[in-house]
Amino acid sequence: MTLPDRINAAVRAVPSWVLYALAPLPAAWWFYLGFTGGLGVEPISALEHKVGLFALQLLIAGLAVTPLRRFAGVNLIRHRRAIGVVAFFYVLLHLLIWLVLDMSLLWSQIAADLVKRWYIIVGMASFVLLIPLAVTSNNWSVRKLGSTWRTLHKLVYGACLLGGLHFVILSKGFQLEPMVYMAIIVGLLGLRLVPKRRPMMARA
Amino acid sequence: LADLGAKPSQFSTDATPNTFEEITTYNNFYEFGTGKSDPAEYADALTIDPWTVKIDGMVDKPGDYSFDDIMSGVELEERIYRFRCVEAWSMVVPWVGFELADLLDRVGVQPGAKYVAFETLYRPEEMWAQKRPILEWPYREGLRLDEAMNPLTILSTGLYDEPMPKQNGAPLRLVVPWKYGFKSIKSIVRISLVEDMPPTSWNMANASEYGFYSNVNPQVDHPRWTQASERQVGGGLFAKRIPTLMFNGYEDEVAGMYAGMDLSKFY
Repeated sequence: MTLPDRINAAVRAVPSWVLYALAPLPAAWWFYLGFTGGLGVEPISALEHKVGLFALQLLIAGLAVTPLRRFAGVNLIRHRRAIGVVAFFYVLLHLLIWLVLDMSLLWSQIAADLVKRWYIIVGMASFVLLIPLAVTSNNWSVRKLGSTWRTLHKLVYGACLLGGLHFVILSKGFQLEPMVYMAIIVGLLGLRLVPKRRPMMARA
Repeated sequence: LADLGAKPSQFSTDATPNTFEEITTYNNFYEFGTGKSDPAEYADALTIDPWTVKIDGMVDKPGDYSFDDIMSGVELEERIYRFRCVEAWSMVVPWVGFELADLLDRVGVQPGAKYVAFETLYRPEEMWAQKRPILEWPYREGLRLDEAMNPLTILSTGLYDEPMPKQNGAPLRLVVPWKYGFKSIKSIVRISLVEDMPPTSWNMANASEYGFYSNVNPQVDHPRWTQASERQVGGGLFAKRIPTLMFNGYEDEVAGMYAGMDLSKFY
């Protein structure tokens, strides 16, 4: 068995509910650390950044599924929905941490940020694009929407680009890490433009 | 650690200082990395003895001054100051130091000098992040001469009556309590008296976000976030934001220096 085959066999053996069951653990762990001093003396921004970065990593993981299948023969498609749904909840959690813990629900300052601050606007736009995807991530919607569903879920490309941009423009000075994330997102989207030599045959 | 024996000062706030741990583990000192805990992790590599400060430009007694030269005859004071970062967090720090004006008087400022320029050490083999183009190194800051001579402006050599921890800018740093924290340049190796407004690092990196003055001002927002409120470090997961004060609460002492200036233009 080749390495991709072995990975595919292992992935098939994992039921999707396992991912959903494990999903809250990182957040729970970070909240626990935040309460007990494990996130340093300023736990709010540390928690906000950890959750936000994990959300971006999950979005990227979802974006990687198609290129992995096409170029590496690794098939994670059966877990793509779980990755996407969990990513959405981490983006939502990141937003809630900003609203409640970071901004102390100071609505006038929050409202001002939402119209004046580009990184806030861009981040919020990314979240808004993800809402219809989260709402339609069930079998009933897939059946009901048919081919529209596939088109609709291309919104995730925009959400990822905006999420990466949000990270780039909130950083101070010239920092490498957000640039690397942005490059990965652009790269994964770019791979989708590589022309296919012949119509994709079913690969099992 | 030796106690510095600093005398109390009338300029200290009666606000409760942050803990030593808070002040020494949550730092911006990009020469050691951009993470808040990076300076505490990496600043150990810095050699602070011997330490020389070049004082040059329009002064009567220019020269290379050793740290001991600079400290000779100096009476240290404890200055408990509010410290407000441009990133909208704040602390209260019991600095130990002396007025910058004392040093400037000792070296003799010549009449034509209008600004004071400062530089941080450039030593990438000890300050690893200087190998990265995060900012244009060495870090540079500057003050108008009247700001530099203001009694609130100190050169600080310690905190909590102990010698300055390396992550906080050992052995010698500036503290200008009514300006955003990045003006309070760390690990100073050069002080120049000059005629023209000197270039400063954050202003060079992004002039629309970081002005030369960078006075704490709740009415003039940073383009990317509000400056109307701040969060005091150390309040835990449910710390509430508090309103930011004009000139970080030092309005009575410093507002006169900016009379007639449009502070939204000279931000």
